[in-house]
Amino acid sequence: MVIDLDKCSGCQACVVACHAENNVGIIGPEESAKGRTISWIELIPYVEGEYPHIKARLLPRPCMHCDHPPCTKVCPVNATYKNEEGLVAQINHRCIGCRYCTTACPYTVKYFNWYTPQWPKEMKGSLNRDVSIRTKGVVEKCSFCSHRLLKAREKVKAEGRDLLPEDYIPACVQACPSGAMYFGDLNDPFSAVSSLSRERRAFRLMEDLGTEPKVYYLSEGM
Amino acid sequence: MNENHLNVKEDAILFDPIRKTGKPFYITLSILGVVILWGVWAYLYQYRNGLGVTGLARPIFWGVYITNFVFFIGISHAGTLISAILRLAKAEWRRSITRSAEVITVLVLFFGVGNILMDLGRPDRMLNIIQFAQFQSPLLWDVSSITVYLTASTVYLYLPLIPDIALLRDYGGKWNWFYRILALGWKGTEKQHHLLEKGISFMAILVIPVAISVHTVVSFVFAMTIQPMWHSAIFGPYFVAGAIFSGIAALIVAMNVIRKVYHLEDYLRPIHFNNLGILLLVMTLLWFYFTFTEYITTYYGAEPLHMAIFWSKFTGRFALPFWGMFLFCFIIPLPILSLRRTRTPMGTLIASISVVIGMWLERFVIVVPTLTNPRIPSEEIIYAPTWIEWSIFAGCIAFFILLYMIFTKIFPIVSIWEVREGREKSVAEVQERIRTYLPGIGIE
Repeated sequence: MVIDLDKCSGCQACVVACHAENNVGIIGPEESAKGRTISWIELIPYVEGEYPHIKARLLPRPCMHCDHPPCTKVCPVNATYKNEEGLVAQINHRCIGCRYCTTACPYTVKYFNWYTPQWPKEMKGSLNRDVSIRTKGVVEKCSFCSHRLLKAREKVKAEGRDLLPEDYIPACVQACPSGAMYFGDLNDPFSAVSSLSRERRAFRLMEDLGTEPKVYYLSEGM
Repeated sequence: MNENHLNVKEDAILFDPIRKTGKPFYITLSILGVVILWGVWAYLYQYRNGLGVTGLARPIFWGVYITNFVFFIGISHAGTLISAILRLAKAEWRRSITRSAEVITVLVLFFGVGNILMDLGRPDRMLNIIQFAQFQSPLLWDVSSITVYLTASTVYLYLPLIPDIALLRDYGGKWNWFYRILALGWKGTEKQHHLLEKGISFMAILVIPVAISVHTVVSFVFAMTIQPMWHSAIFGPYFVAGAIFSGIAALIVAMNVIRKVYHLEDYLRPIHFNNLGILLLVMTLLWFYFTFTEYITTYYGAEPLHMAIFWSKFTGRFALPFWGMFLFCFIIPLPILSLRRTRTPMGTLIASISVVIGMWLERFVIVVPTLTNPRIPSEEIIYAPTWIEWSIFAGCIAFFILLYMIFTKIFPIVSIWEVREGREKSVAEVQERIRTYLPGIGIE
């Protein structure tokens, strides 16, 4: 995934789209103030410099799907692991809720279900049937909408053709109104994301940790 | 066979707690029972509603339960380890204190493990740890290491109990069948004694590396992540030293209590407290040395990420627990333990209570500040434990005291046969030993 920060307007459409797509529970203002909000993609405020030369920027942060994920190493039951696609997957019905992965992740992308997830009555009918609903006491996080990949594979198989880049994109990328998010195969040297990731503006978060994130950011002068 | 094998008059006071149970026992029992029930209720409330009833949130995913886990496992280092070292060193003064130490280990381990289980979001799935075991995870190293430790220290507690159980069996009071089974047909023959001694020394040697491994891997849970101020190579030895430190303190507290309650002033003498006090003094200094090294390297490295946590402990939000820890772990116990005059049962008791409190704070100050300052900027979340967490903590302590109390009602808390053996054989043995050290003593 590539996120062009110079195009991002900070509108949070990706956050909303993700909530709706992935059946993320709604917890209300009180619990939210305690720090229990779940949002698989979140806008992180980076504030630099000191007043009056202050610079603030917002950085959309999904799961980095690291090539060397610190979280999978510490899971005692293999409920989070790197799958054959290279995605860091989460098995919700195996997770014991020890929250070791949540503390080990340097990007704090993992969220915990402090209570049973809830929705207002009106929303219950519109939950996404492709994504399982989590129980209380388990960890969840961004999956790059991997259920969409499964669906796209089936569709492609039925139509008897190969998977094309536009067959599978996550909800956040699809929803971005300013076209700041790109999704595709980083290993394919001719893909859009691959050439963008080699741009001069490209960087990744905390590259010094050696986690090899698969999310690239583009920004002039950061 | 030993001729005074059945002599109950001698050391009668050691049998007393088992033979008669007074009113104070039942009163304490019911108070503890109430606290335990309260704790159980708090846990059931959490089980029903989810971990949201605690003060935990993102990014502070771990709090009091993990602190308790490290703390209780630390306390467990009192018993088996100290007793094993004293036995191997043939320290004669050990005879009346080993039992009370070993019991602490075995009992407190359950609460260490219990706190981890209560911290789980889905305790109903805990057997996944066996079914889907992923040995790359330091948590699994903990599971393995603690299991071995619990088994080894239970055996190590049981072996020296056998002759005493046989005494109780032959004395023929209540529950005779129970003692008969546990005594394993002990008759006190020369051969049995020889076997027992062999078994005890084997276990004493085995248990030392196991105990050290336990607290090392507990520290690895933190040190193996890349989180600032957790990812430290010193954590293994630092945690082991801290564990022994808090362990000895807990032992001194326990000895003070049983001494007063069961009138064991003749068996647990000021000299025992003096000696343990010196040991505690050594650990106080060692603790300071480790803490000093840990923080000064952070300070000189001056990485902004580390410094954010460093200052949050020194002057920021965690200043109170941090300086509290320093006060209780170092400033209070150091002068008390340094002076011969204050190394009395009472003096060491005060120092020990202070150390136990200080070491709990130390664990808290390690776990929480790092999580409060994650690498990614996050909203300011302040972790304040709720009444649920405190109630469960209180329940754990009450439950531990209760189990300890019940143990003293079933088995002698001072090893009777070892005390008698000391009286009958040790003087000659020690004389013999000294003869081998030095020239010019006795006829050779």
